[in-house]
Order: sequence, then C-alpha cells, then structure tokens
Amino acid sequence: MSLRTSPPEDLVARALDGDRRAVGRLLTLVERGGADAETVASLTQPHAGRAHVVGITGSPGAGKSTLVSQLVAGIVDNGTVPAVLAVDPSSPLTGGAILGDRVRMADVDGVAFIRSVATRGHAGGLALSIPGATRVLDAVGYSPVIIETVGVGQVEVDVTAAADTTVVVVTPGMGDAVQANKAGLLEVADIFVVNKADRPGASDARRDLELMLEFSHVTGQENENYRPPILMTNSLDGDGVAEVLSAIDTHRRFLDDSGERAVRTRRRIRFEIENRLAMAFDVTLAQRLAEPATEALIDRVAQGDLSVVDAAEQLRQMMLGSREN
Amino acid sequence: MDDGLSSGTEAAAPIRVVLTKLGLDGHDRGIKVVARILRDAGMEVVYLGLRQTTDSIVAAAVQEDADAIGLSMHNAGHMTLAPAMLKAMAEAELEIPLVVGGIIPEDDVQSLSDAGVAVVLGPGAPSEEVVNSVRAAVAAA
Ligand SMILES: Nc1nc2c(ncn2[C@@H]2O[C@H](COP(=O)(O)OP(=O)(O)OP(=O)(O)O)[C@@H](O)[C@H]2O)c(=O)[nH]1
Ligand SMILES: [Mg+2]
Repeated sequence: MSLRTSPPEDLVARALDGDRRAVGRLLTLVERGGADAETVASLTQPHAGRAHVVGITGSPGAGKSTLVSQLVAGIVDNGTVPAVLAVDPSSPLTGGAILGDRVRMADVDGVAFIRSVATRGHAGGLALSIPGATRVLDAVGYSPVIIETVGVGQVEVDVTAAADTTVVVVTPGMGDAVQANKAGLLEVADIFVVNKADRPGASDARRDLELMLEFSHVTGQENENYRPPILMTNSLDGDGVAEVLSAIDTHRRFLDDSGERAVRTRRRIRFEIENRLAMAFDVTLAQRLAEPATEALIDRVAQGDLSVVDAAEQLRQMMLGSREN
Repeated sequence: MDDGLSSGTEAAAPIRVVLTKLGLDGHDRGIKVVARILRDAGMEVVYLGLRQTTDSIVAAAVQEDADAIGLSMHNAGHMTLAPAMLKAMAEAELEIPLVVGGIIPEDDVQSLSDAGVAVVLGPGAPSEEVVNSVRAAVAAA
C-alpha cells in the first residue's frame, strides 16, 4: 500500500538499498511513462552504467527464454546477479497480453530479477521503457541486464540492437537463418546461437549463417577486428551454454579493448534521444492535426484553393513556431 | 507536465495479474482459459506455469509488481494451499488481492473469504464475472 503511493525519490532510495519491491514498483513507473518516469530516469542515471547489457532475439519459439534461463544459472554460478527484461507482444485488439517467458525461467526466478514487459502497442513506447527499465536494474546493481525480445517488429529489433552484446538465436530447419537475415537480425548480431542443436538440421543452419556472414564480409558490414561466432546449444540440457557465456565475455572485452564500447554507448544515447524526440513530435503532430486550423486548411485544399504541399508547409511552420515558445 | 516529452500513455495502465497453480496439480486447461479471458479484457497476465511454490509465486509477484495473484486449483488442496499463499504474501508485505479459482465446494468458499481470499471463482464462472471480480478486487486494494 505505502509502496503504491511512495514518491519516486523514496522508491529509488529503497531500491538502491536492495528492496526488490521498490525495484518492481520503479519498473512500473518507467513503463507508464510521464513525469514519474522522467524523475526515475534522472535519479537512477548517476548510479547506472556499470552493467553489461545483453540483448537476446530470434524468431518466436526459438528457445530464447530457455536459453536465458540457462545463461542466468551460469552467470549466478560465476558470482553476479543478473536481471532479465522479457518482452512479449500485447494484443493489438485489446491491449492485453499473456506474458509467458517466466514459465521457462522457473529454475532461476528466485535469484535473478525477472520482469515481463508487454509491448503495449504504443508506437515507440517500448523503445523508451526498455532503456529506462535497464537503467533502473543497472543502477541497483544487477549485472548483466538481459533483454529478450522476439525478433519480428522493428522496435523490438532496435531495442535489442541497442544492447552492448546482441545474441541472435536461430533454430534448425525451415530456413530460420534466412528469415533472420530478412528480419535484419544478421547485421545486429554479435553472437549467433543455433539453439535446439539436438534437432536434425543444426549443421545446415550453421552453414546458412556462415554463408550469409561470408556475404556480409564481401559487402563490408563486418567489423574488421571482430567476427561474430556461431555457437550450438541445447538449452534443455545446457549443452553449449558455457560457450555462449564465454563468447559474451569475449565480446565484452572486445568492446573495452577496441574502444567500440564508447561507440555503442553513444549510439544507445542517440537512439534514446531520437525516440524521445520522435514521441514528442508525434504528440505535437497529433495535437496539431486535431486543431480547427488543420480542418480549415483541409477545406481549402478540398475546394481547390490550396495545394496539399502548401497546406502541409503551413502546418509545419505553425508547428515550428509553437515549439519555440 | 506536459512538455510532450513524456513516454507512453499514463492513463489506463493495464492491470497486471500473476496467474499460476500451486503444488503438484498438473491440469492447465482451465488456467489457460482464464489467462485468455483476462488478456481479452485488456489485462497483462504473467503466466508462471505449473508446479510453483508459495515462495516462487511471491518472488514473481514482487518482480512483476503485480496488482493481483490468481491461483487456479483443481486438486482439493485449496483449504491448505490458499491460506499458505496468504501467509507467504503477508510475510512479504505483499498487499495485493488473492483470487482463487477452481472446483471449490460451496461450504469452503466462505472459509476462504474469511481467511482473506479476495475472490473465489467456480469452474463455470462466466467471463464477465472473472473480469469484473478481478477489477473490483484490484480497485479495492
Ligand atoms: N529440443 C529442444 N527444445 C528446446 C530447446 N530450447 C527450447 N526448447 C523448447 O522450445 C519451446 C520454446 O521455448 P522458449 O524458450 O519458450 O522459446 P522462446 O524463443 O522464448 O519463445 P517466445 O518467447 O514465445 O518467442 C519450448 O517447448 C522449449 O522447451 C532446445 O535446445 N532443444
Ligand atoms: Mg520467450
């Protein structure tokens, strides 16, 4: 009860003191957005920046959550406590969601801090709430912070790509690797995992990936000093999971040694600023379009007194004017 | 506010329900139906799956900042399991409603309510009743 009405300042203090309920509450505020989310962002920022952020993406059902559960267990064995943000889609019709990733993480849900996040339809909402939630979890000391998203929507891919290390999970058969390529996942991958390697076709999937990577080498997308490894896992019994953990570590060291980390940090900040501005302009635009002045311009275009181009330009000028005062 | 820089919509944040079963109860058909009913009413259902303990449910509710816990029971253990759940919630200072659903004899419904269960739903409860009772319990908390 008291927690529900606590101001963000108190919640941040309690969360920094290790109160998990306060952490849970802060994530809710971040997700809701608005003034409280902004307060949380500014209060947690000074404490953040220590956690390594790992994005895990891939097609639906590829075994991402099962893999994450194994990774979490391994990370805990190595002596740190990770957090997981597990993203699942909201229903576009009702806004509701069934968030089922925890089912696969039951073995580790007492040690790690796991939070299920619905995409909540709102365009760009996820792109703001995930960085905000990551900052909270980082600030209170969880490391790494693992973000699981389904690699289908552009926002989901962007969110995962904004991680320090991005792991793309594919499965044997059905041309999953080819699909991943089409979804734009190949360019963002720092590590590839062929999960369900216990199934037939795993080596084919690996070969598909190798071929596509060769191709990207030719087109020069690849970093000269780093080549994404392709690893095979069986997440049901944990085969290959240690190799994934050590690949994440290798990539982390590459980031530090090559100066690439600074590049990524800047990219992530840019991504967040860009998304905040895009959202702000979206709101302003929607407000502007709802005004009578817009209707009047539409009338004039409809009557043939004004061109569409001129109407849009007039609105643009009005919007620029309104942003400046 | 609003400088237009706020993220997301503040209004109407969905109700979040942690939904699960407790103990060695292997049926999950009923609970999946309930999950869909709540989702279709615009709620976010965090589904934990089967074979949870009171501790693992509390841990999940804390991490998820759930507005309610929904427990589905079909193994006649409700008279011990529901109070055990309430006790674990109280120990963790989780002040959210516990909703219990399943095959629960009329006589037990009152005892469960007296023990602190916010809502008891029978197996045939219509969708509106499920949705409205969860909404009411969350609003009252
Ligand atoms: N054979 C086999 N099955 C696996 C493996 N990893 C996961 N699975 C199974 O694949 C199914 C999906 O696993 P999840 O971990 O839920 O997959 P996901 O990618 O998180 O799914 P979404 O979040 O719904 O996109 C489950 O039935 C798992 O038990 C594996 O390595 N081998
Ligand atoms: Mg999953």
